[in-house]
Formats: sequence, C-alpha cells, structure tokens
Amino acid sequence: MNEVSKAQAEFMKKHRRRGFLVAAVRWALLIALIAVWEIGARIGWIDAFLLSSPSRMLETTLDLYRQGVLFEHIFVTVFETLAGFLLGGVIGFVIAVLLWWFDFARRVLDIYIVVLNSLPKIALGPILIVWMGAGIPAIIAMAVLISVVVTLVTVLNGFLEVSQEKIFLMRSFGATKSQIFSMVILPSGKPAILSAIKLNIGLSWVGVIVGEYLVSRAGLGYLIVYGGQVFQLDLVMASTVILCICAVAMYFMTAWLERRG
Amino acid sequence: MPVLDYKNISMRYHTLDGETLAIDGFSHSFEKGEFTAIVGPSGCGKSTILSLAAGLIFPDSGQVLLNGEEVKGPSAKVGYMLQSDHLFPWLTIEKNACVGLKVRHLLNPDTLKNVRDLLESCGLADFMDKYPYQLSGGMRQRAALVRTLALDPDILLLDEPFSALDFQTRLNVSQDVHRIIREKGKTAVLVTHDITEAISMADRVIVLSKRPARVLFVHDIELTGSPMERRMSGLINRYFDMLWRELNMDE
Repeated sequence: MNEVSKAQAEFMKKHRRRGFLVAAVRWALLIALIAVWEIGARIGWIDAFLLSSPSRMLETTLDLYRQGVLFEHIFVTVFETLAGFLLGGVIGFVIAVLLWWFDFARRVLDIYIVVLNSLPKIALGPILIVWMGAGIPAIIAMAVLISVVVTLVTVLNGFLEVSQEKIFLMRSFGATKSQIFSMVILPSGKPAILSAIKLNIGLSWVGVIVGEYLVSRAGLGYLIVYGGQVFQLDLVMASTVILCICAVAMYFMTAWLERRG
Repeated sequence: MPVLDYKNISMRYHTLDGETLAIDGFSHSFEKGEFTAIVGPSGCGKSTILSLAAGLIFPDSGQVLLNGEEVKGPSAKVGYMLQSDHLFPWLTIEKNACVGLKVRHLLNPDTLKNVRDLLESCGLADFMDKYPYQLSGGMRQRAALVRTLALDPDILLLDEPFSALDFQTRLNVSQDVHRIIREKGKTAVLVTHDITEAISMADRVIVLSKRPARVLFVHDIELTGSPMERRMSGLINRYFDMLWRELNMDE
C-alpha cells in the first residue's frame, strides 16, 4: 500500500495543481477588480463620487480609525448581531423542542407559525421602536425576530423528519419520551440545527443592519445610512466592505466550529 | 406454561375512512424454545400480532399473556426486530448494539462484555468501532440482532427482518440468525411472506387468513438442520406446495 503507483502519483499531482490554480485565480480576480476600479476612478472612466474608489475607501477607513470610532462602530454591530443570533437561536430551539414534545400545541400553533414565517418581519420594525425605544434593544429585537422563526421552523422540521420506525423501535425497548428525545431526535436533528445556525448568522446581520437603518446612533448600518444622507459615498462603500469582512469572518468561524463539532 | 399466549384476540383499527377489523379471534400458544413462523397474505395483520406481544398496542378483546402475565406495556423480556435495521448512523456498531441496554439502564461491564461476545459470534468482531454506513446490509442486520439479544429476551419477534436484503445476503443472515437463536435456546416468532423462508427456519408454521386475520392452519415442520440444509432437502417442496395451496384457497 505504501508504494504509490506512477498513475496515482500523477493523479495526486494533477489534483494539487488544480487546487492551487483555483486559489491563484481567485486572488488574481480580486486584485484585478480592485486595480481596475482604482485606475478607472483616477483616469475618469468611472465617477468616483458615485462609486468611490479603493484608495478613497481606505482613506475614509483610516479617518474613522484616527477619530477613534472605527472599532466602536464595528463592535456595536458585531455585538448586536451576536446577541440577536444567540437569543434568536436559543429561543427558536427551545420552542422547537416544546412543540415536538406537545403534539397538540404543535397542531394548534402550526398555522400561526406559517403566518409568522411568511410575514416580512422588517415590517414590524416601527412597532419594535415604539415598544422598546429607539436604541440597541430594538435592534437586537429585530434580529431576534427575524432569526427565531427560521430557527424554529428548520429545527422542528428536522425533529419531525426522524423516521417513525426508529421511534417505534425505541418504544419497543420501553424508552420514555425524554429518552427518545435525547437518544434519537436530538442526534438526528443535528444537521438541521447546524443549518439553522448558518441561516441564522446571515439573518441576524440582516436584522441588525435594518434595525440600525431605522434607529441607531452607532454601528456599520448607521454609517451606511448616514453616509447616504450626506452623499458621502466613500463612507457608504467603506462601511459596506467592512461589514462584508465581518460577516465573512463570522461565517468562517461557524464553518470552523461545525468541522470541529 | 407457554412463553407467549394469545387468547381469542380481536382488534380493530380506526381511521377517518372508517373502522377495519384487523384480527378476528386469534388464539395461539408459543411454547418455550420453539421457532414459529407466521405466513399470510400481505396486509393481513401479521405485524399487528407482533406489536401486541411487544406491548405497543392493545387488543379490543382477548388477552395476550407473556409468561402467564398480561402484557401491559413494552417488556425487556420481548425483543423486537424490524425489517430495516434502524441502526443510528451517529453511533458505532458497539454503541448501537447497546442502545436497548442503555434505555433500560442495564449497561454495565458484564452486559457490555456479553454484547461484545455476541458481536463476535456474529462475525462483527472487527467492526465494533465502525459506523453503520461502513457495513454491508447483512452485517447491519446482524448488528440489529445483537442489539435485540443484548437484553436477553425470552422471546424474539422477527418482523420480516430479511426482506430488505438481497437474496444471497438474506440466506446467509437467516442462517446466522437461526443458528444464534438455536444456540441461545430462544423462543422466536417470525413473520414473513416468504413461504420457503418460513419452512426453512421454523418448527411450526401458522397460516393466517386474509384480513381480518384468523388462524387457518398450523403445521409442524418435520425438517431438521440449518435453513440451508432444509432448503436442500427434497421435502421442502411438499411443504411449499401445501402452504401455497392453503394461502390461495383463501383468495
């Protein structure tokens, strides 16, 4: 087995070379995009007032840093997102468990969940502001509202997909409902829970940014809206890119946690 | 005293479309150490008879007695084996085989050793730490048998446990299951629609009518040896012919 045939070695080499090529072209594409954007803005192909340029975005970011507010804005938004994500995830999960457990309640509430799921939660923004005041709680509530229903529906469907025969088998062993839950339903539902987590991260960002558009005095969403209002497209673009980097970082962190778990 | 005794069982199913009489006055005594097969047209209520013994459903009238006591719920004395192995993909074979013990809070070094011995006698010694997807269908069904035997039940209920397997695997697994059940001196009830399988494994074959299930005939099978040896014997065709006629008589 240790002896690798020439054809196998050739195959492995080809495989590695292809992987390297993909990574190289990815980076080249990004660099080319930035270069074309920058050069285009400088020689006047594109209007830097409307589209900004990489160097102006960098300058704006450094300005924010020099004023000492860059990390404050990032921190506020990331905090709100994580809080919304965790609260929405936990609440959604707990409700899913309860609805799995109590069949009658699930049947009763089924229609309400369908309605909530189809409602664009953003429409409730103004109500949240009235209830919770124009501040961070209202923004977190927005993120929770968006992520809680999706978590609930995804996780509950995962629980309900478990084959009835597996439950039948457990019952033939004399298993109690809590044993059936902990030994079959929960481990079977793990893929659904993981996909709910990934969905949730994205949705929490949506909730937080929309919340910040509506009420905030700080955060990346606030910077974007403020920049738009004063026609500082450099600020809008720079904040959007920072937001993008934060969201991607959080996505890779979840993916990493998923691989480890 | 019979291990399992059905006394004049009747059973109805209720659905929105109406009610169905599934079993009509079924009586039979299953004696200790006997291997009984139940054959009958599909949908005749064979599986319902097993579910009654497992304490998962209850008859409308009549009594099911397990070691002389009325069945009131699932008992560790009854082992149930289904058509599909239902091994949990997130557990190793050894852990899967221990699921029943874990549910009953009986997992300890002694019972674990017993499980390992059973896995070994099923040819799964090298697969204890593997996951179900790494095993063939036949091996998985053997692991499911060990999971059932781990609780040391008095009676094994086999609900078409081989019908999802391909023909060759099916013969090999039924050979193994038959051997282990004989070695352990277990009482077994096999539900199947395969007449040859019934004759090749059982001491006694019960022929059921189509729904509602009644006992049409009970035959003692005067063949000995392993299922494979029985399949080779010339007599099996005579039994097959007889059972085939009886099943079709009811049409």
